[in-house]
Amino acid sequence: MDQVFKVKIGGQAGQGVKYSGLILGKLATRSGYNIYNYVEYPSLIRGGHNVVQVSISKTPVYGPSKKTDLLIALNQETVEKHLEELDENSYILFDEKNKINATNKQLFPIPLSELAADAGGEILTNTVALGATVALLGGDIDLFKSLIDEEFVDKNPKVMENNKNAAQLGYNYCLKSFKNKIKNILAKQDNFQSKIIVDGTEAVAMGAIAAGLQFAAIYPMSPISNILQVLALYQEKYGYIYKQPEDEISAINMSIGASYAGARSMTATSGGGFCLMSEGLGLSAMTETPLVVFEGMRPGPATGLPTWSGQGDLQFVLNAHQGNFPRIVLAAGDAKEAFELTMDAFNLADKYQTPVVVLVDKNICEHNQSFQLFDISHYEVSRGKFTKEIVENYERYKNEPDGISNRTAPGTGNFFITNSYEHDSFGFNTEKIEEINEQMEKRMSKLKAIANNMPDPLLFGPEEADITIISWGSNKGSILEALKLFNNVNFIHLTWLSPFPTRKIKEKLEQSRHVIDIECNYSGQLAGLIREKTGIEIIDKLLKFDGRPFFKEEIVDKINSVLKRS
Amino acid sequence: MIKAEDLITKCNPTWCPGCGNFGIWGAFKNAAVKKGWDNTNSVIVAGIGCHGNFINFIKLTSFEGLHGRAIPVATGVKIANHKLNVFVFSGDGDSLGEGGNHLLHSARRNHDLTVMIHDNELYSLTTGQTSPASPHGLKTKSTPFGNPDYPINPVTLAIAAGATFVARGYAGDIPKLTELIIKANQHKGFSIIDILQPCVTFNKDFNHQFFLENTYQLENHDPTNKEEAFKKSLEWGLKQIPLGIFYQEEKPSYEETLPQIKEKPLIEISNIRKNLDDLFRKFI
Repeated sequence: MDQVFKVKIGGQAGQGVKYSGLILGKLATRSGYNIYNYVEYPSLIRGGHNVVQVSISKTPVYGPSKKTDLLIALNQETVEKHLEELDENSYILFDEKNKINATNKQLFPIPLSELAADAGGEILTNTVALGATVALLGGDIDLFKSLIDEEFVDKNPKVMENNKNAAQLGYNYCLKSFKNKIKNILAKQDNFQSKIIVDGTEAVAMGAIAAGLQFAAIYPMSPISNILQVLALYQEKYGYIYKQPEDEISAINMSIGASYAGARSMTATSGGGFCLMSEGLGLSAMTETPLVVFEGMRPGPATGLPTWSGQGDLQFVLNAHQGNFPRIVLAAGDAKEAFELTMDAFNLADKYQTPVVVLVDKNICEHNQSFQLFDISHYEVSRGKFTKEIVENYERYKNEPDGISNRTAPGTGNFFITNSYEHDSFGFNTEKIEEINEQMEKRMSKLKAIANNMPDPLLFGPEEADITIISWGSNKGSILEALKLFNNVNFIHLTWLSPFPTRKIKEKLEQSRHVIDIECNYSGQLAGLIREKTGIEIIDKLLKFDGRPFFKEEIVDKINSVLKRS
Repeated sequence: MIKAEDLITKCNPTWCPGCGNFGIWGAFKNAAVKKGWDNTNSVIVAGIGCHGNFINFIKLTSFEGLHGRAIPVATGVKIANHKLNVFVFSGDGDSLGEGGNHLLHSARRNHDLTVMIHDNELYSLTTGQTSPASPHGLKTKSTPFGNPDYPINPVTLAIAAGATFVARGYAGDIPKLTELIIKANQHKGFSIIDILQPCVTFNKDFNHQFFLENTYQLENHDPTNKEEAFKKSLEWGLKQIPLGIFYQEEKPSYEETLPQIKEKPLIEISNIRKNLDDLFRKFI
């Protein structure tokens, strides 16, 4: 039997579906388990079908699954839409007033809305359902109630009481009616470490705070809006400033201005906003002003699918803006990686005085995962070649072997020009051939310095394998889930895309027996990059561009089909 | 104190002889010498246009950004270090066309910036196309049969957008412009001076003679009266172009409202955050 227990909660937008998933996740982590929450919703505030899948396991769980072990249907539509994910052992917990047409399943009719009304109103339906779920999965109702206390501490005490009553009513009803069907999924483990549950936006915001963020200008856009919401909330406590600008063009230019003045700065957006930021990206590189940009990918082009996930912006981010300039492009595979890469990104931007773009896809931005408490004790803020001293005859763009000149800030007493026009070593406009060549070569030489100091790509699974998967971004989770089932498959996970780890990847791929490229875009953009850099063409690609993530099962099927052929 | 010669760089101005930019350059340098604006307390942010070349001809630390984007860069600079005098040099194409949105919102938020619009009613660096400030009917390279569009009135626009110091100057009157620039900088909040500037090469209508004959200094005007300021801003015609301060309002600047930088500038606050367990624990 699969060791991951998958609960899916479905209902209308406004019924508290995502919230219920988070509460169930916390019930699991506080009982000693690991969780991964996968959310699907349309771009609507009310109405529309929302679901969250909570995967619970004793060992870490990395991605979503197509199968569901317990379906909690807050409305009738949920059962109709997700019937095919269930088998004869799957449970369906639903409101008994709804007509359920599901043969060959374990049915748990509960008067959800009636009990909710008894506890204070139909709005409590999800709490009743969660109370019943706690009973059904052998969980601790007092733990659930203490979570309600925490969640409603700033709200009306009556609301808190009603929620606790609703939880208890659902719990009691389920325990009484289905005594023989109780599972042992949420039973409290002995001796476990506390875990946090975060999504990628929270991880990025916390990574930025840890990295000594001083200024952020971010225009709201799905799926990164929660980065700015978290940053806005904690700005006074940690002494940085978040500013909501009038558009993404302003966002990137404000961040560049603040960085030029000496503040650690960032912005964030999605693909559409990054289109507007493209001109600012080159400004950062040309003026050699450190900048960190987060790009949360959703499917495009144009408005595309605002609330779904994609990986179609890789080539765009690698190539955006006119001309040549050095850029660092990183991509996170999960929220923890996003946290670590965020901290790295700020040091890299300062060290190399050039823009760093961190790609995260919507799956990372909005899906909760449990991790050990983040640790920043190893992290040092490093500002690179930055001085506040007066330097005699200061040259802002002095030619140095590693391409990196001494940076200073306005107000220090040094005279310098920070110039978007091609410039000489002081920053004055120039059109002289030797100065143009010198400055271009100086800037571009940073790429070599960066490449010499970048980490190797991550390899999961055995050193030698029959199949090598190469991928990036949130696919990591489902690939790792699939890898649990095979001992002859390994996986190269790329977090550095510019500069590209050409030599390492070439070596690995040349040794591989069969390579599969896995990506969430139409054209296989990573495969294209690999071919550009190494000359190796990956024929076997598993691509998807419908906004959904790869599910573990799809990867398992792909691996099996290749193994069968060979 | 700095002297005028301290502001000299190795570059000579590349503007056309007689260009209005010379007057603005002179007035700004006068103001800098009078008020002691130097590399310890001041910074210039410029956009792209003939005005943008300014940064090469003055020994004050500067950032030349992209076309239309001087204001957001300056906003970031001011938030990061609000002790600095932040001067924005921009043009009519730069901040009324390409960067119009930034002008509106920066005015509304009352960032403590001193914005000078080098307004020559034309795109001159690209050799003479119509600008958002060009008069209706003006024949330019992009409107050979006359400009079909009507011009923006930067003064009215700035008052409506919420700027708290709105003035118009003339590049040919250096002493008066010097005074305006100083007053604009002394004002706490978003200050904008629309500077009428002849383009002697491409705009034969708005030459020095036209401005000398048709402008007058605002007198007996109460700049705290918004309604009167609007009325005056709408005045434009032969012998009817007012110069001076149209509108001024005392109001906390954006930077003054930020509790994080009440004590000291953002860049002087330590950003080393060694232990964030209390933050991480919120997610347990």
